[in-house]
Amino acid sequence: MSSIYSDIILDYYRYPKNKGQITNPRIKAKDSNPLCGDVVEIQMQLDGDNRVSEIKFDGHGCAISQASASMLTELVKGKSLDEVRKIAKENVLELIGGELSAVRMKCALLSLKVLKTGVYTYLGSLEESKEEISNLS
Amino acid sequence: MQTSKSTPRPKERVSTLAFDVAKIREDFPILHRQVDGRTIAYLDNAATTQKPKQVIDTLVNYYTNYNANIHRGIYRISEEATAAHEAARAKIAQFINANSPQEIVFVRGTTEAINLVAQSWGRHNLGPGDGIILTQMEHHSNIVPWQLLCREKHSHLKYVGITDDGHLDGSDYQMQLENDGAKLVTVSHASNVLGTINPVREMIRDAHKHNSRVLVDAAQSVPHMPVDVQDLDCDFLAFSGHKMCGPTGIGVLYAKKELLDSMPPFHGGGEMIREVHMYESTWKDPPYKFEAGTTNIAGAIGLGAAVDYLNQIGMRKIRLYEQELTRYVLDSLSRIKGISIYGPRDPTQREAVVSFNVGDIHAHDMATLLDEDAICVRSGHHCAQPLMERLGVSATTRASFYLYNTEQEVDRLAESLERAKRVFKL
Ligand SMILES: Cc1ncc(COP(=O)(O)O)c(C=O)c1O
Repeated sequence: MSSIYSDIILDYYRYPKNKGQITNPRIKAKDSNPLCGDVVEIQMQLDGDNRVSEIKFDGHGCAISQASASMLTELVKGKSLDEVRKIAKENVLELIGGELSAVRMKCALLSLKVLKTGVYTYLGSLEESKEEISNLS
Repeated sequence: MQTSKSTPRPKERVSTLAFDVAKIREDFPILHRQVDGRTIAYLDNAATTQKPKQVIDTLVNYYTNYNANIHRGIYRISEEATAAHEAARAKIAQFINANSPQEIVFVRGTTEAINLVAQSWGRHNLGPGDGIILTQMEHHSNIVPWQLLCREKHSHLKYVGITDDGHLDGSDYQMQLENDGAKLVTVSHASNVLGTINPVREMIRDAHKHNSRVLVDAAQSVPHMPVDVQDLDCDFLAFSGHKMCGPTGIGVLYAKKELLDSMPPFHGGGEMIREVHMYESTWKDPPYKFEAGTTNIAGAIGLGAAVDYLNQIGMRKIRLYEQELTRYVLDSLSRIKGISIYGPRDPTQREAVVSFNVGDIHAHDMATLLDEDAICVRSGHHCAQPLMERLGVSATTRASFYLYNTEQEVDRLAESLERAKRVFKL
């Protein structure tokens, strides 16, 4: 049977891109998945046009959560906050490229949840975005 | 606590025990279920077990032919339901060798049984400064009810540690008993993570010397081995029907009669009263005092059928079969390079609950990989986070077996673990 664990996922799990910390990030957020114990933190720096000039993630957990976090940072880099807001869960699932069970979906979407929490907190619109964020888990 | 050394030994044939696992499998319709064209290998029995058609038929028969509320009805089918319900209680009493059916309280499961003891006996008997001894391998359901009680009563918890090979630390236990004692010792008979069978009989004897009462969490023992409450001399014992071929939502609290007599009710409501007046009421005798409202009638009758089913095979035979299966599992899995297996190595000191990790494959990824081969296992902390901390891991993968599992399924598990390693390039 074919596996959700493609070489790409494994590559991002073992050799994650954009992993680490940023000094004095403009945006940062962190969350965990209590069921699995996955932890993801995302930190971002913005340029003058409110574009993401730098982004890093940190954390630990299963391959799905960590690889998707790393892939998401690559997707986000260089985008404006407006564009970041429009990233949907389908975009993340496309990056992973496979079918996921409901439980594993939470692992895949943890980083997007963290990203949105960080961005909405920065924009001061976390309250009105609660529903969108809770739909990610 | 980890061992990955392989101990090659000749294949032992469990069939020499005259245990006809193929015939047993015929009783369980779900074991023939296919997922994506493959028959499932159900290896999550510590979480819940499958139901034989004898139990399913009993439930259908109850709902089809004599569904009625019990105790109150003065008509035929209510009398039949009441009789079946009380017959189930008597069977269960006999199954664990209780003194009388009055010592069997029906509850929702192990969790509710423990909460009942904490809220009724515990609130009545514990005070500031009193201790409760428990162990580092307890399930959350044997930790959190005591934390709630301690917060209210200003009592405190004392944990018995675990040795590196997955046993309770006996000298630590003695020290905890001697050091200020405890009103209660609460301990799992068998660990749902390590499989360790704890020496509860000796622990109870020692606790009683120090005037401590003892609760045994038998969620993982009553389904898998003969358990005799009089021989153990435990004060309380809790288990769940769904882990022993019975329905969900039904379980048992066993307690010595004198304790049940002295304990205040847990829930108030109908059925548990003798007389209700505007400002006060009197209670029925145990066990009814603890069974307020309409209980899980079908569940109790179904659990009775599960006890019949297990009895007809024999708990001693089940234990011996599972012990040999444990040996086979440990031998097969320890041949896998890079695996860490947790818990005792000796099959006579443990159950067929095997937790492990392989290389840097996270337990949840492992469970997904095994699911791709239609193998059902569990991954995570198994409701035992303090134990995970002791093991120094955030999660494990757990395969747990029951009387209907086979060596072929163990082989499938081992093959699938090798495939997982290939996928992860280990
Ligand atoms: C050792 C142990 N204790 C308690 C429980 C809780 O049982 P239940 O969820 O049926 O109340 C379990 C089951 O997960 C268990 O394995």
